[in-house]
Amino acid sequence: MRLVILDDSKGVAEWAAKYVIKRINEFNAGPNKYFVLGLPTGSTPLGMYQKLIEFYKAGKVSFKYVKTFNMDEYVGLPRSHPESYHYFMWNNLFKHIDIEPDNVHILDGNADDLSTECLDYEKKIKEAGGIELFIGGIGPDGHIAFNEPGSSLVSRTRVKTLAQDTLEANARFFGNDISKVPKQALTVGVGTVMDAKEVMILITGTHKAFALYKAIEEGVNHMWTVSAFQQHPHTLMICDEDATLELKVKTVKYFKALSNVHHKLIEETNPIEQTRYIH
Amino acid sequence: MSGQLIQFVNCKILRDHKFILDDFWVRDGKIVDPEKVFFDEKIKADKQVDCHGNLIVPGFIDLQINGGFGYDFSTGDTKKALDVVSKGILAHGVTSFCPTVVTSPIEVYHKILPLIRKKKGGKHGAAILGCHCEGPFINVAKNGAHPPECILEYTDGFKSIEETYGDIENINICTLAPEFNNSEEVIKELKKKNIVVSLGHSKANLKDGEEAVKNGATLITHLFNAMLPFHHRDPGLVGLLASDKCDTIYFGIIADNIHTHPAAQRIAYRVCPKGLILVTDAISALGLNEGSHSIGQLKIEIRNKMAFIAGTNTLCGSMACLLECVRLFVEATGCTREYAFEAASLHPAKVLGIENQKGTLNFDSEADFVILDSDLNLVSTWIAGECVYEN
Repeated sequence: MRLVILDDSKGVAEWAAKYVIKRINEFNAGPNKYFVLGLPTGSTPLGMYQKLIEFYKAGKVSFKYVKTFNMDEYVGLPRSHPESYHYFMWNNLFKHIDIEPDNVHILDGNADDLSTECLDYEKKIKEAGGIELFIGGIGPDGHIAFNEPGSSLVSRTRVKTLAQDTLEANARFFGNDISKVPKQALTVGVGTVMDAKEVMILITGTHKAFALYKAIEEGVNHMWTVSAFQQHPHTLMICDEDATLELKVKTVKYFKALSNVHHKLIEETNPIEQTRYIH
Repeated sequence: MSGQLIQFVNCKILRDHKFILDDFWVRDGKIVDPEKVFFDEKIKADKQVDCHGNLIVPGFIDLQINGGFGYDFSTGDTKKALDVVSKGILAHGVTSFCPTVVTSPIEVYHKILPLIRKKKGGKHGAAILGCHCEGPFINVAKNGAHPPECILEYTDGFKSIEETYGDIENINICTLAPEFNNSEEVIKELKKKNIVVSLGHSKANLKDGEEAVKNGATLITHLFNAMLPFHHRDPGLVGLLASDKCDTIYFGIIADNIHTHPAAQRIAYRVCPKGLILVTDAISALGLNEGSHSIGQLKIEIRNKMAFIAGTNTLCGSMACLLECVRLFVEATGCTREYAFEAASLHPAKVLGIENQKGTLNFDSEADFVILDSDLNLVSTWIAGECVYEN
């Protein structure tokens, strides 16, 4: 596992975006070879999306041969609702780039049969050849996607009832009225994300510091689902200084000492493959 | 219906009272929600149009226009006048209008009202929403440019209206003076027939006005003009803007700085911004030079870009186009451009009750819009998603 520590959330956004475009460009995608990307929503990845749009507009990357799978979506929330993840993805990424609508996949929280929707989603990921790079954020309770504390670490895409903490945290997006927060969501499972060839997790802010500590300094624990990625062969955690506040000085120093190696990952001259096995 | 999906890029769209930097999607004459197209239909635009950073605003709706380009709806060849004017005003950003017929002899109404049919807009010209009959049921003491000998009273109530106009099918606005007997019946009946009752050319006091609004009147014709001046003990029709007896009253403003002083425009704007509608009240002289022309049964003269009844100093209609009125109104009141554009599109659509079809750039609305540069010069005019005029 790598932990890349950057000064602030802006740095995280830029680093992550640079890494994504480098991965896409080095993949040599084409009509018969699509780059498959897993995508999150929320405030942490927003900055990364803004950078991706900037790079796209500057001609540094194309999404023509990119397929995307989003992590989750609320159940029963109208798609036009500003908190729907369809709305988020359309307004914050898709409408600004050259991605083909056919290549975009988001779970349909308004599907008649939710369990079929989830099974089909897993199938579609498999048909696309699996996910090359899954990007995720985490909640203060260490959840990845909507895999709330206690979720199975081998879970697949399914309907998930949201934890009270999550409802309370999300109430601010629904006029501070907790009764308006959807109680369920569709989400990829921890196992679904684990199947990706590479996982990049973005963590910023002091409120995520304890979760980051649980994710990397303690053992694998289904009460902190993000900790499962300790066992993934290619996990990249990208965090800012604020998010490191609960880590041991030793941990921070260790990873900071590796920063030269990490920064090579996004340098234009070095292919990622070459640096992959140097930690 | 071609089904062609057009995406306007690099433009600032006026939506929900502000300009937003976003793409603008149109198909089959309607404004399209691109998110639905993307996720449901999974298709991309057939054609992209680069707007080079220009503004897109809803097409203007002129509720009061008597003619233009040498033609007048009330006299002469009405059909020809409709053709010429509806085409000519595309250059001013007007995509829909209400041809206005001034006070005329009864036989004229019977002859020309059937000719002023509602008509869709297109390359041939702006849409005709219906006829605005300004008179003849007005107060002779506030006749303005209307020939006094043709002015009538609705002595027999709604029957007088029907007998005078003949076919009322094509009328959508009726300007009348509400201070006479039977006005309650007349206003109520007109409202029932979906005709907007506009108060004007009147000596009504505030109480008369409030009564008329209670009965269904929703509009005031060219505020300040041809009505009692504001008086603090009886504010007259102007007082309706601040009346506690009615919600929103709409009112036309001729923002040419001649018919309405900039200070008067500011007063109206500050007192009742929701109800303000920019109208041209343009006459046949719109788009013409100095000299003699005709309006209704009268001869008029144009001197120094102002139109007077021949041989007098009585103003009888404006020569400023609606886009010019928008620009002048922004200057006069210091209002935002967004507001001024809505006063020429959303507000008139609202008083006509057609704001779900016209007057906004909302999804599923009709794709009537104007593209302007940052100095508010017109670049092109579009009706139902088709470019109908290019500068």
